[in-house]
Amino acid sequence: MLHVEVMRTVLAAIARLISGASTRWIECQPDTCQRVYFANHTSHLDALVLWSSLPSHVRNLTRPVAAKDYWEQGWVKPYLATRVFDALLIDRKHIKVHQSPVDLMLKAIGNTQSLIVFPEGHRNTGSELDEFKSGLYYLAKKRPDLELVPVHIDNLNRVLPRGEFLPVPLLSCITFGPPMWLEAKEPKVEFLRRAREAVRRLKEL
Amino acid sequence: MRFYEDQYLLWLVGAVLLLLGVATGIGQFLRRQTDSALNPAVVDQFNLRIRAWWLLCAVLAAAFYFGQEATVILFGGLSFWALREFITLTPTRLADHRALFWVFFLFTPLQYVLVYFNKYELFSILIPVYAFLFIPARIALAGDYKRYLERTAKIQAALMICVYCLSHAPALLYLNIAPPSTAAINTAAPAPTVEESQASDVASSAAGASFSGKKQNARLLFFFILVVTMGDAFHYTGEKLLGRHAIAPAISLHKTWEGLLVAVGCGTLFGTCMWWATPFSWEQAAGMSLVITTMGFAGGMTMSAIKRDRGVRDYGTLVEGHGGVLDRIDSVCFAAPVFYHFTRLLFPQ
Repeated sequence: MLHVEVMRTVLAAIARLISGASTRWIECQPDTCQRVYFANHTSHLDALVLWSSLPSHVRNLTRPVAAKDYWEQGWVKPYLATRVFDALLIDRKHIKVHQSPVDLMLKAIGNTQSLIVFPEGHRNTGSELDEFKSGLYYLAKKRPDLELVPVHIDNLNRVLPRGEFLPVPLLSCITFGPPMWLEAKEPKVEFLRRAREAVRRLKEL
Repeated sequence: MRFYEDQYLLWLVGAVLLLLGVATGIGQFLRRQTDSALNPAVVDQFNLRIRAWWLLCAVLAAAFYFGQEATVILFGGLSFWALREFITLTPTRLADHRALFWVFFLFTPLQYVLVYFNKYELFSILIPVYAFLFIPARIALAGDYKRYLERTAKIQAALMICVYCLSHAPALLYLNIAPPSTAAINTAAPAPTVEESQASDVASSAAGASFSGKKQNARLLFFFILVVTMGDAFHYTGEKLLGRHAIAPAISLHKTWEGLLVAVGCGTLFGTCMWWATPFSWEQAAGMSLVITTMGFAGGMTMSAIKRDRGVRDYGTLVEGHGGVLDRIDSVCFAAPVFYHFTRLLFPQ
């Protein structure tokens, strides 16, 4: 699949160019071990830019989790999502009991791949982080071996704000923070608060 | 129309390479001195600066080598990047998005297209008039009045400094400068060897005055960049060695009276010594260097004030040790339009 490889590289380069993203790794290094990158969500470009800011050998093992209703519109987006960056499209509207998104994700990544998730669940327009949805907690509970890496995406909402389709090429910054895990017997609310705080803290560093 | 055929330009490039080579040597020597009294952090910073200068020099040389078009494109790219850095650090609101889109993708390229076609009467008013009127109107249409005047002014200032001012540097390549022989007559008594080689230079270029004029233009731009950069370098050195009295401590502790004097004094002296490479007489070269270094300092001071207001130290992370692109070209931005106009006054078009 040579052309997919080429498309991946080209797409990542374009994403980095438009978003002018500088990448910082704080107490964390790029690694091919299985991880869940969880980030704040402010723009349609988030998944793409986060994905492209990973080194290529890590990027090839990392799949963004994205909303099916958005990425199945038109023909460019489905092509990019399924063929190029191999996104996991999750149906936000019809969640089935026997096929919960968390199970789908865990099944899809197997024992090699990593995920990019946005636990706020929707794009945030304010400056404060919204409450995290519980998916991250269940991911951590079912697969305690996954490294949970907080990521803060800065300024991307100004590059492509909600409701706009033409980007303004400002500079953004992607910060990867130290990995965290679910503590033994840690309650859900407490864990989600801690995860949210981990993302928020990266903004100030 | 390649510039590398010009022996004066080759001399200039050679001088710059020598200068950078010596500076690199000093930097490496200092790095190896483990027991020196100098602060190792300062030495590291010095070395990083020199590395970035090599990079800038290589980019500029490549642009000169490939000619006018490449130079205009290079400066257009610099403007675009500087504008990105400027707007990134400037708080704008969602309603400004569309206005910003036109700023980036219409006004910036258009300005450089007009420079490329040498439409002075258009590129000198495109941004101060048309963009100036367009931006507030477009923001008003978006319907968000919060801090309206402030947002408008910030975008206008960004466009003026990063695009309008900087575009005057490549515009130097299109000025109609009197051929070197007439310039040499004005000169009091330059070294005869220089005159001779200059005369043979003119004779050898069969294409005539317009062709040697273009080569003169390349040298003029090179002289300008060199004097600005040397002004920066002298300022940095003077400030590190002698700096005591900060001009405005609230804005920057690194902008001192001593640094200013060293920058303007040594920069002017340096520029005067380079008169042979320019279409100016030595008095004119001295005056121009004085203006360039003073404006360069004013640019650095202004950008420091903006950065201080935004609470950041540098504009970006593109070139190690040099902050962002805007940190490097702030002095060029301020000096370019003034140098352009003064040169235009000396050589009526």
